Amino acid sequence: MTVETVLEVRDLHTHFFLRRGVVKAVDGVSFSLRRGEVLGLVGESGCGKSLTALSLMRLLPKGGARTIKGEVRLGGENILECTPAEMREIRGRRISMVLQDPQTSLNPVFTVGDQLREAIQRRKRAPRAAVMEEAVAALRRVEIAAPEQRIGQYPHQMSGGMKQRVVGAIAISGEPGVLIADEPTTALDVTIQLQYLKLLKRLQAETGMAILFITHDFGVVGRMCDRVAVMYAGRIVECGPVRQIFEAPQHPYTRALIASVPKMTGPVGRLATIEGQPPSLMDLPAGCRFASRCALVEQRCLDVYPGTVRVGEEHTADCWKAASS
Amino acid sequence: MALAERPHSTDAVARRLSLWRLVWPARVPGGFRRTARVPWIPIAIISVIVVMALFAPLLAPYSPIDQTLRDKLLPPAWMAGGSDKYFLGTDAFGRDILSRLIYGARVSLIVALLALTAGGGIGLVVGIVSGYVGGAVDSVLMRLVDAAFTFPAILFALLLAVTMGQGLGTLVIAISLLLWASFARVIRGEVLSLRQRDFVALARVRGCSAPRIMLTHILPNVLNTFMVLVTLNIGVVIIAEATLSFLGAGIPPPTPTWGLMISEGRGRIADAWWVALIPGIAITLMVLSVNLFGDWLRDRLDPRLRQL
Repeated sequence: MTVETVLEVRDLHTHFFLRRGVVKAVDGVSFSLRRGEVLGLVGESGCGKSLTALSLMRLLPKGGARTIKGEVRLGGENILECTPAEMREIRGRRISMVLQDPQTSLNPVFTVGDQLREAIQRRKRAPRAAVMEEAVAALRRVEIAAPEQRIGQYPHQMSGGMKQRVVGAIAISGEPGVLIADEPTTALDVTIQLQYLKLLKRLQAETGMAILFITHDFGVVGRMCDRVAVMYAGRIVECGPVRQIFEAPQHPYTRALIASVPKMTGPVGRLATIEGQPPSLMDLPAGCRFASRCALVEQRCLDVYPGTVRVGEEHTADCWKAASS
Repeated sequence: MALAERPHSTDAVARRLSLWRLVWPARVPGGFRRTARVPWIPIAIISVIVVMALFAPLLAPYSPIDQTLRDKLLPPAWMAGGSDKYFLGTDAFGRDILSRLIYGARVSLIVALLALTAGGGIGLVVGIVSGYVGGAVDSVLMRLVDAAFTFPAILFALLLAVTMGQGLGTLVIAISLLLWASFARVIRGEVLSLRQRDFVALARVRGCSAPRIMLTHILPNVLNTFMVLVTLNIGVVIIAEATLSFLGAGIPPPTPTWGLMISEGRGRIADAWWVALIPGIAITLMVLSVNLFGDWLRDRLDPRLRQL
């Protein structure tokens, strides 16, 4: 496959520098995103998924978070070296984002039309009527019924699913090449989730944008993604096409995660869990980060971090026991 | 995470401050009434005072300054010994209290307008910048606010009156310096929580600059709080003006101001109580009315309560 890579992340390190010590929340993350693909970024809470996304946007939370190392190449250009003004030009037009909670994603004192217009007008100067028309079209594109009426409404007059669609419409109004979706369906109920995922898929097919889809729900991954990257304690431990990850997971953590998803068929038993806690991000072990919870642990796992092993075409895993190909 | 119906923190503050709410709750639990009804009586009182201030020369029956010593200390017209010529009586110099009251409204309103624009505006800007930018800027600005709070306001105003001379300008500066810090502190608190909301992050995702976010996303969200602060502080300003004029640090006599009128009547409160009491009632009515009006305005301005 020779599909154009739109986003390439290499050895990204984002740490929190606190008085108590350094929290290595993102500690050597590398992946690439191709045009028109959906890459799932999966992992448990606190493994650095969201912070990776914020590092890509260069919107780190205030209070000590800094990206200290790595490259984020967006179409060949390392955006970590861009000035704040250049970054503002990039955000919204080349890389955009949808967040988890639609309740707080919209400004409560403006109508949704006003907020869409702001996004459209940042991109180009146009007469008011044309911008209004485009805003209505943007709402129609995200399948909002009666967009002419909805455009004059305030966020509190809409349901969560509808708000999340508006957020989506705003995010893609700049026709970005990359969309980061940070758990966009977590706050929605299940039927609305499915609709939203279908919508995202359709929009992606229409625009050809690449989506970095952050979630902790393997069911959603199977439905949405082309490839998956599994993250654990600040690093991507396994990355590969969805089918391979589901059928032949190489990293014990991935295996444990998949085992803990309830099955729709077969007898109902106790769900598999992963014993223990992930290591403290302030005091990471020298060896494999999953070693303390891994059933297959050996001495070398505790001593040395396993390098990234190629286990198949496009399939890599950070494990001593991965079947190298 | 955040629920849509989460009560607004400033609502709670304003509701606590309003005495009216104790006797007449705006939103009954269960919510059969979503917004308070229009406060016609306060609006009428405010309108009368504003009209008085605007058209003082046309409305006042006498000059507020000219003395008629023959008619001094006459009680209001409805009392024994009162004269039909002076509806609210006269003061120790035989000046018509009604005329002085009408002209006095001017001073009160002008001072309130200027001081709230200056002090409130400074506080609003400082609060937004401090809350949004954070870091060292926030630390410096907030230490300034702390410093402003430690300064005894009355002493400062007296000092200012001594060094700059009495007058409207001095009064406005003194009251502005008293106001801005409390505005800044409350607005900053609001901004701190707004800054964490996702719509601010998404505005940055859209490529909005920091000044633009402060202006178009933060500012409209704190305007409700600002309006409530302004209306609650109209009362504070009127009382501050009266206090400073009473102490002799405000508008110099013989220009009539309500505070000055109380000050002049103070010595004769036992035998000619109306000289001090009538401007006192005027201040009370004015302050109460603007506070009630401010309450209602807050309810109206809240987009969550605005229905189709």
